[in-house]
Amino acid sequence: MKINHAKLLALQVIVAIASLGIWYVGSKVPIFGKFFLPEFFFSTPGDVIARIIHVFATGTIWKHLYITLVETILAFFIGSAGGILIGFWFARKPTVAAVFEPYVKMANALPRVVLAPIFMLWLGLGIWSKVALGVTLVFFIVFFNVYQGVKEVSPTILSNARLMGMNERQLFRNVYWPSALSWMFSSLHTSVGFALVGAVVGEYLGASAGLGYLIHQAEGVFDVTGVFSGMVILSAFVLIVDWGVTLIENRLLVWRPQSASSQA
Amino acid sequence: MGLSVLQSRAPEPRETAVDLDNVSIQFTFPNGNVFKAVAPTSLRVGEGEFVAIVGPTGCGKSTLLNATAGLLAPASGTVEIHGNPLVGLNRSAGYLFQQDALMPWKTALDNISIALETNGTPRREALKTAQEWLGKVGLARFGDRYPHQLSGGQRKRVGLAQVLVRHPKILLMDEPFGPLDAQTRQIMGNLLLNLWAADRKAVLFVTHDLEEAIALSDRVVIMSAGPEAKIIGDHAIDLPRPRDVSDIRLHPRFHDLHRSIWEQLKAEVIKTYEPEDMS
Repeated sequence: MKINHAKLLALQVIVAIASLGIWYVGSKVPIFGKFFLPEFFFSTPGDVIARIIHVFATGTIWKHLYITLVETILAFFIGSAGGILIGFWFARKPTVAAVFEPYVKMANALPRVVLAPIFMLWLGLGIWSKVALGVTLVFFIVFFNVYQGVKEVSPTILSNARLMGMNERQLFRNVYWPSALSWMFSSLHTSVGFALVGAVVGEYLGASAGLGYLIHQAEGVFDVTGVFSGMVILSAFVLIVDWGVTLIENRLLVWRPQSASSQA
Repeated sequence: MGLSVLQSRAPEPRETAVDLDNVSIQFTFPNGNVFKAVAPTSLRVGEGEFVAIVGPTGCGKSTLLNATAGLLAPASGTVEIHGNPLVGLNRSAGYLFQQDALMPWKTALDNISIALETNGTPRREALKTAQEWLGKVGLARFGDRYPHQLSGGQRKRVGLAQVLVRHPKILLMDEPFGPLDAQTRQIMGNLLLNLWAADRKAVLFVTHDLEEAIALSDRVVIMSAGPEAKIIGDHAIDLPRPRDVSDIRLHPRFHDLHRSIWEQLKAEVIKTYEPEDMS
């Protein structure tokens, strides 16, 4: 089913206005002498917007955004580097992969939140404990994709490259590496998202700066407006990061057919 | 019938490029079962000779080709290339696969030039030669396209250029035009013949299309239905060259050849449809 662009946009705006309207009415207009969404628990749309404008106008938010961004980027790159390295190693050495398989599964099965206190103990309240948490999330996504990407190179392409006279190094550069990268990039949105989750959750559990810290602080003093504005800023931040990832992806995966690069 | 005349071997050609001597091929499954794909078979391809292997589907034609390429080790017998026993991969062969073998992450031009770069040609020079070959296969303006942006026929052309750019002494082709439509197949057939005529390599061309085989080759070899497939017929194709793949089909000799070879092939094709082989 196809909806034209303008109509779609109009419908989307209506949904936004309706939700904000319900929120506003619930928190501001008493119905039978009662508020559906009491201001104490739900704040009001006006207050939240005013707060967002305030934190940007005074500039206090930039420091926190910067910290969260740095943690996300570090977690993404360190986790990806580890995932690529180990993924390649396991894919090329089946014995190693077989030995470590149960341990990898075990480590991946562990809910990462429980590691946060340990990282805090080891690495302190600074950015590195958050980065570590993000790394544990990103690593496995990248690892599994690279592993798959190297193992699932089409045997025809491989035979063709070998007959062409490629040695192991050339095979790596021209066949395994691009194939693994394409798998990795197909999960780029997920892994960047998880890097951010690691950073925010880490901040939430104990930090002195960052978006997660802001939300946690506001919650501690029952500042619901602060919590909501923090959430709105966080979602906007995620959308912008995701948009950046899409731009990078489109540049790097020009060789892929359109259908394959669009994924959930 | 003239069958006996036609079945007589072609006059022993020039020097031998490929010599399969009593080669048999089998696969062992993880559960220990052994599948004998090809029974001991001998086949000789002369220098500059275009040999087509025809047989019913699943008869082991491709398997024999893979053994010649060194992708598969025969269970018995020897493979000799230009008189030397084949060890490992056959580097003097170019292989055009049935499936897409182009690297999807490289443009058409890069897919061709990489074949040269791999063997030590400087990139600039490789790109220049690759561009020439794109022209030879009629895709001069398509160099910056990625494989998924090309049609099936165009991809085959790039594949052909990728193989030929290295000037392999032996050309192995595994139903290369199989997935293409009839018109494109004829165009590709003529393209292949023109490129081949330039420096007459030894060609081993696997197909299930008898008409294609006769139109292209000097010799048509018939394989029996598998398992334990073997060569059951060897027919010299004495049609004049240069040929046009679509015109040659109207040649009266073409019909004679087709009729007599088809009679032999038909029996094998029917065998593959017998219930016992459907397992």
